[in-house]
Amino acid sequence: MAIIQPVAGEPEPHPDLALVERVRGGDVTAYDALVRKYERQVFRIAQHITQNREDAEDVMQDAFLKAYEKLDQFQGNSKFYTWLVRIAVNESLMRLRKRRTGKMVSIDEDIVTDEGSVPRDLADWAPDPEQNYGQAELAEILRKTIQGLPQGFRIVFVLRDVEGLSTEETAETLGLSIPAVKSRLLRARLQLRERLSRYFHKRKASKDPRPKAAGRRESAPGETNSGENRPEETGGEK
Amino acid sequence: MTCTEFLALLDDLIDGTVTPETRAELETHLVGCAHCEVVFSTTRKTIEIYRSHEIYDLPNGLRDRLHAAIMARCKKGCS
Repeated sequence: MAIIQPVAGEPEPHPDLALVERVRGGDVTAYDALVRKYERQVFRIAQHITQNREDAEDVMQDAFLKAYEKLDQFQGNSKFYTWLVRIAVNESLMRLRKRRTGKMVSIDEDIVTDEGSVPRDLADWAPDPEQNYGQAELAEILRKTIQGLPQGFRIVFVLRDVEGLSTEETAETLGLSIPAVKSRLLRARLQLRERLSRYFHKRKASKDPRPKAAGRRESAPGETNSGENRPEETGGEK
Repeated sequence: MTCTEFLALLDDLIDGTVTPETRAELETHLVGCAHCEVVFSTTRKTIEIYRSHEIYDLPNGLRDRLHAAIMARCKKGCS
């Protein structure tokens, strides 16, 4: 009858913590379990930042090795996963820097863009637009589309929407303020949406993926006070 | 509610972080604004597509190489 319930407000410890404790006690197989659990995420993040397969492979290896060696520094007050992601992001940025022979690389790079957030292409999409493409073709479209985003938007989108970090975790990982994460996320989502519209229009996907820009342009949400109340400015007020 | 105001709250609507009152206002706006309805539904779909499709496959053998590298460190570090 007496079933022990977790105390309200004190969530049960994350299962990763038990694995981390076992690794600290010298059990390497527990670390293998952590690697298997997060290898895809770490590789994806590295690939999204470095945009290079070899670099992403190196980053994944370096990130897991570094996490293994520094496990004593893991405090346990954040999730192991977010701690690992932070290492992976830093390793990826370091790798980029190396490739560009020491040129400073930051996540703010390319952040200034004329392609704003105000939606322009407002054609609706087919109900399941991805079904008009084969797996490989769709993956190529998705890769090309996200690679075209400014890096500072792409990383925020990947961490928040693909890898499932919270706004707070993303801010902490990237050293950004919460309003900055929110405004970048909105702009990233809207830019991706707009770019994907070229492929996912309700009209049967054409062979030419370029948007029919001028012809499709209609009055868009927010255009009436263009510039005065851009989403990235309002994002910080909440 | 204007389209600009709607757009400023789009992420919160998608992420489900709006109060019931705000949600009701946003939904009322959506009913009367085809443009925002398209932006809302296609933005949500954009996120869903990126979440559900693996666009970078993990290279073969990478896990094994990593395992070997960890074991090598372990022999040095945890014996």
